[in-house]
Amino acid sequence: MTPGVEAVARRAREVVPADGVVDDPARLRTYECDGLAHYRVVPALVVIPEDADQLAAVVRACAEHRVPFVARGSGTGLSGGALPHAEGVLVVTSRMRAIRAVRRDDQRAVVEPGVINLDVTRAATPYGYYYAPDPSSQQICSIGGNVAENSGGAHCLKYGFTTNHVLAADFVTADGDRVRLGGGAPDSPGYDLLGAVVGSEGTLGIVTEVTVRLVRLPEEVRTLLVGFGSTDQAGAAVSAIIAAGVVPAAIEMMDELAIEAAEEAVHCGYPEGAGAVLVIELDGPAVEVEAEYAAVERLCRDNGAFEQRVATDPAERALIWKGRKSAFAAVGRISPDYIVQDGVIPRTALPQVLAAIAELSATSGVRVANVFHAGDGNLHPLVLFDEARPGEAEAAEEVSGAILDLCISHGGSITGEHGVGMDKAKFMPRMYDEADLDTMQLVRCAFDPQSIANPGKVFPTPRLCGEVPGRHKGAHPAQEAGLAEVF
Amino acid sequence: MTTVAVARPSTTAEVAEVLRDAAARGHTVVPTGRGTKLSWGMPVEPDVLVDLSGMDRVVDHQAGDLIVVAEAGARLADVQALVGGARQRLALDETVPGASIGGTIATNASGPQRLLAGTARDLLIGVTVVRADGVVAKAGGRVVKNVAGYDVGKLMVGSFGTLAVVTEAVFRLHPEPEARRWVSVEPDDLPDAVRAVVHSQAAPWAVEVDGGTLSVLLGGRTDGVDARARTIADLVGGDVSSTAPPWWGTCPWAEGETGLKITFLLSGLRDVLAAAADVGARVRGSAGSGVVHAAVADGVPDALARLREAAARHDGTVVVVDAPPEVKAAVDVWGPVPALDLMRRVKREFDPDHRLSPGRFVGGI
Ligand SMILES: Cc1cc2nc3c(=O)[nH]c(=O)nc-3n(C[C@H](O)[C@H](O)[C@H](O)COP(=O)(O)OP(=O)(O)OC[C@H]3O[C@@H](n4cnc5c(N)ncnc54)[C@H](O)[C@@H]3O)c2cc1C
Repeated sequence: MTPGVEAVARRAREVVPADGVVDDPARLRTYECDGLAHYRVVPALVVIPEDADQLAAVVRACAEHRVPFVARGSGTGLSGGALPHAEGVLVVTSRMRAIRAVRRDDQRAVVEPGVINLDVTRAATPYGYYYAPDPSSQQICSIGGNVAENSGGAHCLKYGFTTNHVLAADFVTADGDRVRLGGGAPDSPGYDLLGAVVGSEGTLGIVTEVTVRLVRLPEEVRTLLVGFGSTDQAGAAVSAIIAAGVVPAAIEMMDELAIEAAEEAVHCGYPEGAGAVLVIELDGPAVEVEAEYAAVERLCRDNGAFEQRVATDPAERALIWKGRKSAFAAVGRISPDYIVQDGVIPRTALPQVLAAIAELSATSGVRVANVFHAGDGNLHPLVLFDEARPGEAEAAEEVSGAILDLCISHGGSITGEHGVGMDKAKFMPRMYDEADLDTMQLVRCAFDPQSIANPGKVFPTPRLCGEVPGRHKGAHPAQEAGLAEVF
Repeated sequence: MTTVAVARPSTTAEVAEVLRDAAARGHTVVPTGRGTKLSWGMPVEPDVLVDLSGMDRVVDHQAGDLIVVAEAGARLADVQALVGGARQRLALDETVPGASIGGTIATNASGPQRLLAGTARDLLIGVTVVRADGVVAKAGGRVVKNVAGYDVGKLMVGSFGTLAVVTEAVFRLHPEPEARRWVSVEPDDLPDAVRAVVHSQAAPWAVEVDGGTLSVLLGGRTDGVDARARTIADLVGGDVSSTAPPWWGTCPWAEGETGLKITFLLSGLRDVLAAAADVGARVRGSAGSGVVHAAVADGVPDALARLREAAARHDGTVVVVDAPPEVKAAVDVWGPVPALDLMRRVKREFDPDHRLSPGRFVGGI
């Protein structure tokens, strides 16, 4: 332990109950990785505060002693965002799990950051409402983690991402100050700092309370499972649906290899011999769903669908979703190791990009199973390998990286929902130029000039705050005091 | 009063040149699109007005991907006309006739469509800006789903030209519905009627009020909207029409009056409307979203204070959007703002010399 961490540990013991301050090596090791398990770092100290006061006190101590800190929710992140710092403090929100309020009339819920995503929906359902962003990990991931990653889910096609559903947050800055960002009502005046914090992957500070929007449960939900001969056909059907002006709640695609894996793992009974399946969900007023369903059914048929099944009750719906939602884990059945990639392309580039991925796979001999949010072009290629066989891990890594390059060259993104974290920081300069990255880091410098909040994540090279000559000169204090007459 | 020089660049590179030049001379700068909302916020008299009306191209429309790319000076109406050809729309309302893309971003102006689609903050997926030091930077991209790096675009939305000059924007689009219907009624109890509509499963696209009138928009497939309109009419009464009421999506104030934006949690609607009636303010706007505009003819300082009390009881705020200069000079235009210190730090990083729209924004930023 560095003297700084020792000082933080002393302070933590003053404010946090004893079992919430962890320095025992065996217990520390249980926090060494998040959902991306091949990066491992044992933190110097783990603190598990019970409330925002305790949490802020620990962060303030970190700031005083310039000790790096990393926030952690449920540790399901897939980009190493919650990877600890060897000489830093891991601040875990798992004891901050209170749902403070569910206010139907205001369509809001107020929750602590450690609250599990699905629990918000469970709390709101009795009132006829739910929390719309639904990452596949929603049974375990935390709202704080969702905010940090701007998480999405299958239903974000129609309803938007975390950023569209968070109205306000209590926030502990990297200095340990507590501020409120946004407000319960929309359009809080001033800069949209909350908009910058959502998706910032814990690099600006720690969220300690979140006010989210609740969405009215739809009158009708209809889920279709559609089998196609090929991904090209399925992709054409998706294009036709979008072109017809239908906005399904979700359109998910799986290719042959992904279907095979899901079958082996969960026996979801997807159409036999399918080269691709679509899971399409329509929701809304019953009359509207009926009309859209007729259109979707026809468009799928026109584009070569050979089998269509409809679920109308929750049990049938769950069965259709089971295959899709278990897809990541399922590939474990057909491959000892795999990389879950996350990239985005303009949806219309799907046929070219899938063809290019197939070619990459053929030339390298690395198998790739494709699962994706087809409606918004968010690909999750699963790159399969066997660690035990020499060279395979490296080959898989190469294919996985080449897929990101494909996304970039088609004008897409290196991540649609899993974040940059540790894993993709090196790809950031391929997507953004130096000026772009420098501009992002201006935000970092405003929030965290000492660079102690989750350092080493997101950006390949940190900017030294205040390094630009002339910075801070000429700030007009009179003007800041609101004296417009200086002009 | 200083003489204002006007620069009329036609490319991002030219904007960068103007800003580098302004930086070298220590000049203050105000960017403007079409000038329709230049009077919003605190008054500023800059050395240089950067008029972006020459950057008015709709650069790209990818109908299949539901995105549009437009320069900051492009008219919102021109963007709508272009994407409308593919039966799509940019779900932003033109609350002030002639509004530009850049001005809509800078003011985060919103209208009825916000209930369904949000505001510019929710629709902007990529942005090109020129910083105070003349550096050109991009954030976001051309795809709807993208979490790579900070969402700098969100900081630009509603920043009133104080952080950087936006020169180009990428937005996500929505498909045009087959049909639209408006159900309009003067209910006995307006807040109750709003509440009934908001919590219904008929999926209202917009829930607007104008004085004592409630108007609900439904959009979708023809059969569907007709049935949903009947559901709403059964719920709160009223007539169904396939055209919008004349006041739809407009600001309620007239020249010389003071225009306010009032926000509140939905349960506060009754209280806020009562306070507005008390001070003689005319209210119009997105009651179903907790955002309304109000017009006040006189007695602004007192009216503002009482409305702020009411809004604050419901976690909301009141901002003076537009007003005669003497009114703005006499009141606190922005009202109390949380996290102001952090906002100042952001401003200091982006514009350390305070040259972009100085004094126009919250806390004298
Ligand atoms: C099987 C599986 C399926 C998944 N499916 C999806 C999916 O469909 N969509 C999707 O978007 N993601 C998905 N994910 C990724 C992951 O679940 C999300 O990123 C999730 O939001 C992470 O939440 P967490 O609580 O586990 O956060 P963690 O992994 O603990 O942390 C993630 C990041 O958030 C930061 N952080 C955590 N809490 C806070 C806080 N209170 N304040 C500030 N920063 C904080 C951390 O520092 C870290 O950078 C999936 C993961 C798995 C394992």
